[in-house]
Amino acid sequence: MSLAELICPAGTPAALRTAVDAGADAVYCGFQDATNARNFPGLNFTPAELAESVAYAHAKGAKVLLALNTYPPAGKVDLWRQAADTGARFGVDAFIVADMGVADYIARTHPGIRLHLSVQAAASSPEAIRYYCENFGVKRVVLPRILTIPEIREIRKEIPCEIETFIFGNHGLMVEGRCSLTNYLTGQSTNMDGVCSPASDVEYVRHDDGSMSSQLAGFTIDCFGPDEKAGYPTICKGRYAAPHRPEGYYAFEEPISLNLSRLLPELIEAGVHAFKIEGRQRSKSYVRNVVKAFRAAVDDIRAGREANIADLVALTEGQKQTQGAFETKKWR
Amino acid sequence: MTANTDPVHRPRLPGQRPVARLSAAIVQPVLSRVVRRVAKSHPSLFARLGPHQKTDYIIDPVELPFALHLRPDPQALIFRAVPRDLAPVAGAAIRGRFMLLLELVDSEEDGDAAFFSRDLEVTGDTEAVVRLRNALDDVDGSIAEETANMFGAPGRAILARLRRSYPAT
Repeated sequence: MSLAELICPAGTPAALRTAVDAGADAVYCGFQDATNARNFPGLNFTPAELAESVAYAHAKGAKVLLALNTYPPAGKVDLWRQAADTGARFGVDAFIVADMGVADYIARTHPGIRLHLSVQAAASSPEAIRYYCENFGVKRVVLPRILTIPEIREIRKEIPCEIETFIFGNHGLMVEGRCSLTNYLTGQSTNMDGVCSPASDVEYVRHDDGSMSSQLAGFTIDCFGPDEKAGYPTICKGRYAAPHRPEGYYAFEEPISLNLSRLLPELIEAGVHAFKIEGRQRSKSYVRNVVKAFRAAVDDIRAGREANIADLVALTEGQKQTQGAFETKKWR
Repeated sequence: MTANTDPVHRPRLPGQRPVARLSAAIVQPVLSRVVRRVAKSHPSLFARLGPHQKTDYIIDPVELPFALHLRPDPQALIFRAVPRDLAPVAGAAIRGRFMLLLELVDSEEDGDAAFFSRDLEVTGDTEAVVRLRNALDDVDGSIAEETANMFGAPGRAILARLRRSYPAT
């Protein structure tokens, strides 16, 4: 039976406390450096803050998962190893990793601490997942957001570890851990520097007619009309004019958020062990509202009641939501 | 990158300039006290600002007669009301309704959601804005209520009345 553990984001110690108080079973977070995939300015934890936060979470029965889910550049592994050693010293409950070298170091150096395979590893087949389990002792895989529920059910039968799926937040469909779009424009790597669309390269330009352009490294990637909802300034969610679509269109993905609140019972039935809420870069307000809503929904389902999930559309990107591939691969 | 409080969507009304100057002068002593108190109570806020401690922010409550100029330098804090036509060229500008800005400071509203809905507008150095947002988000408690408490019962009454005067969104 799936435990339907609720895994919640925290970009600051205050957000971590908010998540724990709102009912998180576990909170994931990262250090203020390139070792995690939300290396945003002013975000994340110092070692001292992590130590205090682990103590706070453990005192309230919640776990802390440390995201070390970026890829060290060749020959520059010390930062990742030090981060793992620091996390182990402070008693984190699991490391979320993507890189095999980082996984191997932790498996050898801190064998008593669980390893979770990040979505950044983009492991979506039983063969790939089993490889990480057999070679590094991975206990849980975070699945990419490209699988249907029947596919997840089949994968569950063929792997020796737990499954975690995203249920709310960013609807990333790129092959995660492999995307180089930001790198192409800014020179900074999403996968090695930990930042997609670095804020230092983002600019919003207001026009006289009330419209707004979002630019990355000087390239316009979208222009929102005066009454149009906006999205994040990421290349994958940009709107582009092309010879066959001169009016402009979303060539890769759209500004839209994943919301699987209606699919929770089916996910539990399919054997999903843990539900992940995306959004370490979001505010305490987001964390409080989303975690509370899903805590209540999961508790309802566990108790055999119909879940009455709160309306979260106001917190979604572009104020639009989807069940994505979890419902059907023709979702778009 | 620079930005100012370009009043492109704000036609100037008769008497607007004197009103802006007078109201800015009236609130200035309060703002100075508030920023010193917040800085003293939440020193960890400055670490998250990093290099943007010396950035000039313009915080522009669109329905008020003046804007706010913030330079969060712990060695030389600036938080002052300025008529828009006298506002300095800023590193970053943040615009929205006053109550929304207040709720963002207190993490009662989500900044990304306000941006998606277009209720919040940012221009200039986006990194500076992101750092300020993250720094404020790590503050426990309500800065608005701390500020109201500085002025005792009258302060709390004004805050309550202010909140009632804005319809819930």
